[in-house]
Amino acid sequence: MSAFVQSEANETFVLNLGPQHPATHGVLRVKLTMDGEYIVEAEPVLGYIHRMHEKMGENRTWAQFLPNTGRMDYLHALAFNHGYVAVVERAAGIEVPERAEYLRVITSELNRVSSHLLWFGAFILDLGGFSPLLYAFDDREHILDLLESVTGSRLTYCYFRFGGVYNDIDADFVAGARAFIKRLRDRMPMYHNLVTKNIILMKRLQDVGPISAEMCRKYGATGPVCRGSGINFDVRKHEPYSIYPEMDFDVPVYEHGDSMARYMVRMDEIEQSLRIVEQALDKLPEGPVMAEKVPKIIKPAKGDYYHAVETARGSFGVRVVSDGTNTPYRLKLRSPTFSNLSLYGEACRGMLLPDALALMGSLDLVIPEIDR
Amino acid sequence: MNCAAIKQKLSAVGVEAISETEYARKGFALDVQVAPEQLVAAVSLLDAEGFFIEAVTGVDWLGEQAALRKETEAKVAAEAKAKADAATAAGEEPPPAEPVAEQGELPEDALEAVYDFNHYESFCRVTIRTRMPRSKPEVPSISQIYPGANWHERETHDFFGINFVGHPYLVPLLLPEDADFHPLLKDFRP
Repeated sequence: MSAFVQSEANETFVLNLGPQHPATHGVLRVKLTMDGEYIVEAEPVLGYIHRMHEKMGENRTWAQFLPNTGRMDYLHALAFNHGYVAVVERAAGIEVPERAEYLRVITSELNRVSSHLLWFGAFILDLGGFSPLLYAFDDREHILDLLESVTGSRLTYCYFRFGGVYNDIDADFVAGARAFIKRLRDRMPMYHNLVTKNIILMKRLQDVGPISAEMCRKYGATGPVCRGSGINFDVRKHEPYSIYPEMDFDVPVYEHGDSMARYMVRMDEIEQSLRIVEQALDKLPEGPVMAEKVPKIIKPAKGDYYHAVETARGSFGVRVVSDGTNTPYRLKLRSPTFSNLSLYGEACRGMLLPDALALMGSLDLVIPEIDR
Repeated sequence: MNCAAIKQKLSAVGVEAISETEYARKGFALDVQVAPEQLVAAVSLLDAEGFFIEAVTGVDWLGEQAALRKETEAKVAAEAKAKADAATAAGEEPPPAEPVAEQGELPEDALEAVYDFNHYESFCRVTIRTRMPRSKPEVPSISQIYPGANWHERETHDFFGINFVGHPYLVPLLLPEDADFHPLLKDFRP
């Protein structure tokens, strides 16, 4: 390294990354101050796809805002559905039938797997490996077909309703989900042999982009980012909601804090999600999928309410303030990647540019969710 | 560490009000109201206890004072009417209507900044609120304590125009760089 020590008189230059750049997976721009190949400072510039969902929430009824939630995190839309319906159900005191809760968990865990698969393919693509993307998309396609059959859409789901879900699943879905679980379990060893144990990948990820537990705390990082830094925090275990307390699953935690740790957390989470889906399918009770007495016009009592859910990228929280009318008075959407990305500037100081891109990929950014 | 201990320590800082809320109903455990001057002390305490920052946001309470006054007036009127009705029912002459008390100008409406904190190990979600007058919305920045608050405060400044005093870089984050409007204020008209 000593060969690269440079005098202060040496000039730095500014490098613009994005907003149109394949590695940023959307319209994120990073202003990099470079000293040769090394990053002196990185400043993410946000807002290119800002749509002001929070203002939209104040201008429509509680139910009319539902489709918006699927358009923030388009990779794990069902979890965003879940966060919003759960907070409104909490505010308005709506009971949800048990079968509906099971369906919510089954579909949103499948959705989590599809999100991780897409991240896996795109991340390896960032690092220069093309073919894993094709394998991952092949698997993901099965989930999209399954979810399409029950929710009616393939990406921007709006499946959950206040008091239940919109559609019941049929025998085909159950058979398809079981077949998919088996298929993916058979293929995971292949992924690990092809990719995880690949020496090039190891060299690109190990010890690259370390994030300490303290840094996670100061920036409010959640999800696989904090679990890759040795923090055992998962909203599904920490503040259990829906039927997660009845499910037997582990929270993968890796201590090392580098990009490899975050990679391993997500790969392990795929198996845990499959376990949850399997158990939920086994225990799936009969019954209605919608509560009977859901008022047509929802008017939650005055006050403010919070609900957090675990999405594929971390803790998504919704704070609603109700003034007792049929529209929200205030709707705050706390998105996980916003906090996860905020530590990027500090984390990549002094790194090589290609390593900084590996770090960015390992944060699993979804830009519409950051910009909202 | 548990929530009761945090509550006690926060009370010692000199917060305006603190209450334990029912988690199942509200979704958070401690609801803390502080004056802007106490904010940094309260947040430093949470930092020392190992909390992480979830979010910073605002709420515009435009029209709250007018609504409160209307409510009070309606209550007074209802009481007077009940008294008169009772007197009539008892066969007495109803008392003469009391002159309506002259009320001064409405107090100014407030902007509220809301801070959400959570803990990785303990089950204790803390919400801190602080209120400031709408005409001069100023509150000290906590980005020195939590660097993660930097972006949250910039976002809140974008949306509400709240001035976080001491923030190193209070320029628009999500809105265009030349934005001089604050869309989440209730009197904002595009």
